Amino acid sequence: MAENDAMPTLPKKCGPYISSVTSRGMNLVIRGIVLFFIGVFLALVLNLLQIQRNVTLFPPDVITSIFSSAWWVPPCCGTASAVIGLLYPCMDRHLGEPHKFKREWSSVMRCVAVFVGINHASAKVNFANNIQLSLTLAALSIGLWWTFDRSRSGFGLGIGIAFLATLVSQLLVYNGVYQYTSPDFLYVRSWLPCIFFAGGITMGNIGRQLAMVSLEQGVSCLLVKVLIYMSFLPSYIPTSYLSGGRR
Amino acid sequence: MTLTEKLRERISRAFYNHGLLCASYPIPIILFTGLCILACCYPLLKLPLPGTGPVEYSTPVKDYSPPSPDVGLQQGDLSERPDWYVGAPVAYIQQIFVKATVSPWQKNFLAVDVFRSPLSRVFQLVEEIRNHALRDSSGVKSLEEVCLQVTDLLPGLKKLRNLLPEHGCLLLSPGNFWQNDRERFNADPDIIKTIHQHEPKTLQTSATLKDLLFGLPGKYSGVNLYNRKRVVSYTVTLGLQRYDSRFLSSLRSRLKLLHPSPNCTLREENIVHVHFKEEIGIAELIPLVTTYIILFAYIYFSTRKIDMVKSKWGLALAAVVTVLSSLLMSVGLCTLFGLTPTLNGGEIFPYLVVVIGLENVLVLTKSVVSTPVDLEVKLRIAQGLSNESWSIMKNMATELGIILIGYFTLVPAIQEFCLFAVVGLVSDFFLQMFFFTTVLSIDIRRMELADLNKRLPAEACMPPAKPVSRSQRYERQPAMRPATPHTITLQPSSFRNLRLPKRLRVIYFFARTRLAQRLIMAGTVIWIGILVYTDPAGLRTYLTSQVTEQSPLGEAGLPPMPVPGGVLPAGDPKIDLSVFPSDPIQLSENQTQQRPEGKGNGQTELGTEAEVTWGPEDEEIWRKLSFRHWPSLFSYYNITLAKRYISILPAIPVTLYLNPQEALEVRHPQEANRYHPFLSPSSGKLGAEAQPDQASSKLQGHQDVTLYKVAALGLASGIILVLLLFCLYRVFCPKNYGQNGLSHSRRKRGDLPCDDYGYSPPETEIVPLVLRGHLMDIECLASDGMLLVSCCLVGQIRVWDAQTGDCLTVIPKPRLRRDSSGIFDYQESWDHSPDGKNGLDDSFENSHQLKRVLSPPQPLLFCDQPDLTSLIDTNFSERVKVAESETRLRAVGSRQKEMGYDFSSLVGKAYEEHGTSNCVNFAGLSAPHGRSLGDESFMGFDKSSPLPSWGGDLESSVWSLDLQGNLIVAGRSNGKLEVWDAIEGTLRSSNDEGQSGITALVFLNNRIVAARLNGSLDFFSLETHTSLNHLQFRGAPSRSSIPSSPVFSSSDVIVCQLTHTVSCAHQKPITALKAAAGRLVTGSQDHTLRVFRLEDSCCLFTLQGHSGAITAVYIDQTMVLASGGQDGAICLWDVLTGSKVSHMYAHRGDVTSLTCTTSCVISSGLDDVISIWDRSSGIKLYSIQQELGCGASLGVISDNLLVTGGQGCVSFWDIGYGDLLQTVYLGKSNESQPARQILVLENAAIVCNFGSELSLVYVPSVLEKLD
Repeated sequence: MAENDAMPTLPKKCGPYISSVTSRGMNLVIRGIVLFFIGVFLALVLNLLQIQRNVTLFPPDVITSIFSSAWWVPPCCGTASAVIGLLYPCMDRHLGEPHKFKREWSSVMRCVAVFVGINHASAKVNFANNIQLSLTLAALSIGLWWTFDRSRSGFGLGIGIAFLATLVSQLLVYNGVYQYTSPDFLYVRSWLPCIFFAGGITMGNIGRQLAMVSLEQGVSCLLVKVLIYMSFLPSYIPTSYLSGGRR
Repeated sequence: MTLTEKLRERISRAFYNHGLLCASYPIPIILFTGLCILACCYPLLKLPLPGTGPVEYSTPVKDYSPPSPDVGLQQGDLSERPDWYVGAPVAYIQQIFVKATVSPWQKNFLAVDVFRSPLSRVFQLVEEIRNHALRDSSGVKSLEEVCLQVTDLLPGLKKLRNLLPEHGCLLLSPGNFWQNDRERFNADPDIIKTIHQHEPKTLQTSATLKDLLFGLPGKYSGVNLYNRKRVVSYTVTLGLQRYDSRFLSSLRSRLKLLHPSPNCTLREENIVHVHFKEEIGIAELIPLVTTYIILFAYIYFSTRKIDMVKSKWGLALAAVVTVLSSLLMSVGLCTLFGLTPTLNGGEIFPYLVVVIGLENVLVLTKSVVSTPVDLEVKLRIAQGLSNESWSIMKNMATELGIILIGYFTLVPAIQEFCLFAVVGLVSDFFLQMFFFTTVLSIDIRRMELADLNKRLPAEACMPPAKPVSRSQRYERQPAMRPATPHTITLQPSSFRNLRLPKRLRVIYFFARTRLAQRLIMAGTVIWIGILVYTDPAGLRTYLTSQVTEQSPLGEAGLPPMPVPGGVLPAGDPKIDLSVFPSDPIQLSENQTQQRPEGKGNGQTELGTEAEVTWGPEDEEIWRKLSFRHWPSLFSYYNITLAKRYISILPAIPVTLYLNPQEALEVRHPQEANRYHPFLSPSSGKLGAEAQPDQASSKLQGHQDVTLYKVAALGLASGIILVLLLFCLYRVFCPKNYGQNGLSHSRRKRGDLPCDDYGYSPPETEIVPLVLRGHLMDIECLASDGMLLVSCCLVGQIRVWDAQTGDCLTVIPKPRLRRDSSGIFDYQESWDHSPDGKNGLDDSFENSHQLKRVLSPPQPLLFCDQPDLTSLIDTNFSERVKVAESETRLRAVGSRQKEMGYDFSSLVGKAYEEHGTSNCVNFAGLSAPHGRSLGDESFMGFDKSSPLPSWGGDLESSVWSLDLQGNLIVAGRSNGKLEVWDAIEGTLRSSNDEGQSGITALVFLNNRIVAARLNGSLDFFSLETHTSLNHLQFRGAPSRSSIPSSPVFSSSDVIVCQLTHTVSCAHQKPITALKAAAGRLVTGSQDHTLRVFRLEDSCCLFTLQGHSGAITAVYIDQTMVLASGGQDGAICLWDVLTGSKVSHMYAHRGDVTSLTCTTSCVISSGLDDVISIWDRSSGIKLYSIQQELGCGASLGVISDNLLVTGGQGCVSFWDIGYGDLLQTVYLGKSNESQPARQILVLENAAIVCNFGSELSLVYVPSVLEKLD
């Protein structure tokens, strides 16, 4: 992984505070990796929720495994979340208005919980029709933004992300990579943009918090997290790759 | 006043009153709240426990027909019918319940005879069932047509292949153990072994093979060697595909005909339909677990913010209890009002917690602890509540609004969630207001008590503790402890270990509590206990046999009511009725007992008659099975019962009586040798006595070998685990981790290599450069990077080279050594005894002082000075009373810089007594020193004789000092301002226009600002006169000639001119003075700060916000001003606008020093805590608990390195991580002295004011980093 390459380049005799100064670039890399794995993890978990309701259809032989979607979905989500999580603080810096609203880990955790809850609702709750579902989710997503972000730039970026991601998933479905069981909005489900919007806000929130924290403390603690995440990475790549390839 | 403001006012008043109420009657209110919680949770008792247990529904056998698959057609009794009762069941289960016994029993029979012959009859019975066919008008209907045809077993169950039926009817009986082959059974020498060979040894949760085949729980089967009732029970289980009532009734009547059970009263009226819920798979579990992990992370991060309270954990617990019990209350209330929860409670629970949140609780805590400490607890609580009342109400209204919007989505699930959330929110608010507030008030009260205890001894121990010799450093620490019994302090060793890496701290915690070993031991014990209990041949069967034996079921008395296992749907009268035995049963039982001539008559002398009884405990025996019994049976054939149901038909009772001949015939030849005769009690009663005979105990021993094996294995593995963990623990924790942090500093030294600077690599410490020369404790320090100026209590000023540590100049010349030591020892000792906030300082100082006093008098060098030794007074307690008023003053201000006591009168008296020989000198000292500047006669006099300057020193001490270029500015206690040349040691200028002592000085460019004790502020400007004309007296000031960073050549004449006086800058003494960026900031005891412009001495702002005297001020070029006060608060101000940026409640007690980096504010307080705050947000990043009495000094080297002083050492911390990087010990002799002042020089060396010595410590790696 990238941090393994980056580690030896540090001068051996530096103290920890020196490393924190010289590793602004590495900081970015670590943040990206952490965000990537958070994205992968969330993608796996949320996919399980969707699979239970048979919302998405993947080739059947894959479903038996725990990593129940095609192999490429979690890495894609991870990459996207890394990009989003880095983009938010970057945008804050360029706009010159650092995000100050509720900048605490507890608030971030709350945000993630609400995001999972929105996904849960979209997967488990029985709605009368799709319009109702989509409207509810849209209201929930806006509520998420209002509760945890409240910045116009975040809103704009979230809308952009939702638009792009919906476009990409439409293209994927159009090309037959996967499909939805009951598409009601140009090959995809109409609540998809809401989920993407909420996901963008959530990942941005995490990314901002990471950017604030990892500059000051905890490079080592992040490394530990990364190692933990990495330990389960090899367990799933081969199986799902094979099953994906067989398809 | 607008409506909002009115509302706000009213709310805040209400909250204020409420806070007063809560803090006044804490215990009754907590009791009341607890009662409320219990009352609201009471309806929860009615709720079924959440789980995946099966649900039952029973219908009468009569007129039974399978329910139609269409929901719409069931209009009849829809209310009672559960919604899963739709369509045909997966299978109908027909059990044929066999009870068999050998009767009459002969005394010479073996124990194995109890079950061998009854079991042998199962083959015959199975054949009968299998071959049963219904012949009627429509033709012949065999079992094959109605039974459930099963296919292959699952591939994973190879070892069960011979035992469970495949490709045919699902018909299970104990005969399956022997493949339904009578010959195999007869050839089997050990039946019990065969039966138990597939039993798992561990704690089993699913059905075992024995249960499956016997169709009833193992303990009811009676197949064991000490079955005293000698009745064997088993069932033949038949799975049916379709319900054919005629076939079944013909089977029933035929079996009853063949094997009549005359006394059987089993009810045969109800079909019980059992619906199984979905098993929770791993796919569902992962999201659930994830949400719970997120929830716990949220709770962790929230409660971590609770700070400044007595018991952090207690409050965190109270917060969590508040939220949880509010949820329980909401569920309870909703149930009370008839709203049954249909959502999966476990799933929505985390979301509910997140919605309700812990925010209010934290906000309340923060608000209460940031109220002024000096208020009464009641008022603090009330004020804190009313401060936050508006925001709490606003948040609550917002949340309710959001939930209301959610309610109008009209989705039932969301509506239910919202309803719960609303009730939860309201009950949470109630609990916050009553429960949490009260807990908080108790906590705050406890904290104040602790504070009181902490403060008391400091006041009380002003009479010094017993002096202890300095060399005994280690013995002294226990001796000091009694002096401060209530202080909360860390062990010195743990202080060093405080900022260990987290993993080490975790391991340290484990090691300290021996947690791992204890857990493993407890686990082993529990495991062994479970093994012993669950082993089929073990304790459980023994216990149950004992219990059944002693229970009076077989007797004529009224049998106790056995409640059938499983979940009974409430309000089913038929089942309720069925559990009550009716009188006819008893009658029939009595009748059967008097039936001697049934079978085997004539042998009554030889043995006892046995009879089979059918009691209410046999009713629906399948209920006693594990609820996973049927799902696991069907899952073997890959049939899932999740969300489906099976119908269990009433069992067909079969009673078998076997005569002794039969039993003897089927006996296996080996058994006769292996088993001893079954010794039954001789009386006619069945198993009335419970005496374990030898034979059975031997048999039991034989059977228990496996148990012992398993237990031994468990013990061995447990021991190995313990050993392994012990080894790991030894590896991770080196033996000496507790010893003064040596290992720690050694480890850290690897991170801070010093080899670039000539020190040998990791083993060496940073060796401090000790500057010796001062006789007394050093009081003032100043530096400009190149030079270092220090001033001791004697008034002696020394100039050092900051690079090399050489002493360059001494002002005045060292002459009057003996005298000064005599006088100022006294002064010193009493200077420190009242200021000590703890006993530590006092004993140090006193021991130090005493040693000096007791040391042999130094040779008299100067006989012309009076002997002042008589003035030395060691009776400090008397002095205290005299100087109490001043003590208070000093405790307020900067202690280092104020002299509390004026010695001039005392000393002057001594001088007068001495005589007049030195009168000239004294006259000289008072006159010329007051004179003005540039007086050449004085200059000459000054140079020729140092005595006047000495006299001046004696009269007043130096209270403040500053250095720039080569000029030293010294402010004295008598209000005189002096300018000295640092290199030559000559007095360049002096000004004594003010009378009040100069408490603080700022020397910036050519300006000097002096703050005086009376609160006035004097602005001076330094002006040079050209050196050409030495005699020029008060020439025109030539400002232009002064460079911006003035290097005054020694030949210039320097005039110090008072340009402006702000006579009443503050009402009270000025305690802090700082200048930067063209601004001057003063802090005073009158609780205010003032900002002046340096150029024109104009007061720009008066900053109010502290509720105590200002003790520390920091200002830097970015115009950010930080101030700390006696109230323990830190305020950040914007100097440009004069507005308060943030206000942090930082310390319990005074803020003693304050400094900033570009991102952090670092403060230290009287509570010996160093706190690091985020500069922009005012959030506390972390805090460092210091050793007692050394929290005052700190300095910042670059943005990442913090230096703090400790007992005889300085410590380096990484600000970003809060890690202790290194501790440098400053010489052996001084280890017990606290470092009181730390000055950071530009070349990253530190100077600690360290008793009478200074230490220069270079931090090489910092230099490396700065490059």
